[in-house]
Amino acid sequence: MTIQRHHDMGGQDAGPVEPTEHDYALWEKKVDAIIRLLNKTDPQLLRVDEMRRGIEELGPGVYDDLNYYERWISSATNILIEKGVLNIDELGAKMAEVEARWQADRDTA
Amino acid sequence: MSDLEFQNGDRVRVHTWYPPGHVRTPYFIRGCNGTVIGCAGVYENPEKLAYGQDAEHRPLYRVQFKQADVWQDYQGPEQDTLVVDIYEHWLEPDT
Repeated sequence: MTIQRHHDMGGQDAGPVEPTEHDYALWEKKVDAIIRLLNKTDPQLLRVDEMRRGIEELGPGVYDDLNYYERWISSATNILIEKGVLNIDELGAKMAEVEARWQADRDTA
Repeated sequence: MSDLEFQNGDRVRVHTWYPPGHVRTPYFIRGCNGTVIGCAGVYENPEKLAYGQDAEHRPLYRVQFKQADVWQDYQGPEQDTLVVDIYEHWLEPDT
């Protein structure tokens, strides 16, 4: 049995490449900084190989729907949950808090 | 960089392995025959690092393939080649 994992798509027909210039959004720069910092901790909290593995394990639908840095932060989050660095309940509560703050800012803007 | 199983010029074949898990050998190159053109260094095995484990060091070779040997319907010039970095344990001698 041959298993071709979804990310391993070299050689498949993908249509033309459309190169576009774009600036990085602030949140993308933050993701990049977070990943670099997690690499520098002692002991290392996140190795690049672990992050790649986590991206591969996002699954075909999610993998295609997320953009580059969304894949990075999704993978890093899952790995940190696996390692017990992040607790799911704390993360859920914090995400709800941030979303509520963002919504409030929008409503007053 | 002693203890290398392969030397420059050696003909090698990429294993036709299809395991689950984190693998750095691209799907499309498995089962292809190529020529070793260098060693890119000796690195900790990413197949273990990917799961947070300690990893032994493995040589990483630069292996050159003829494009026509990789793609069934390759339309380009006969002399076109492709170089892929492949860890030693994914290679066997092409006999």
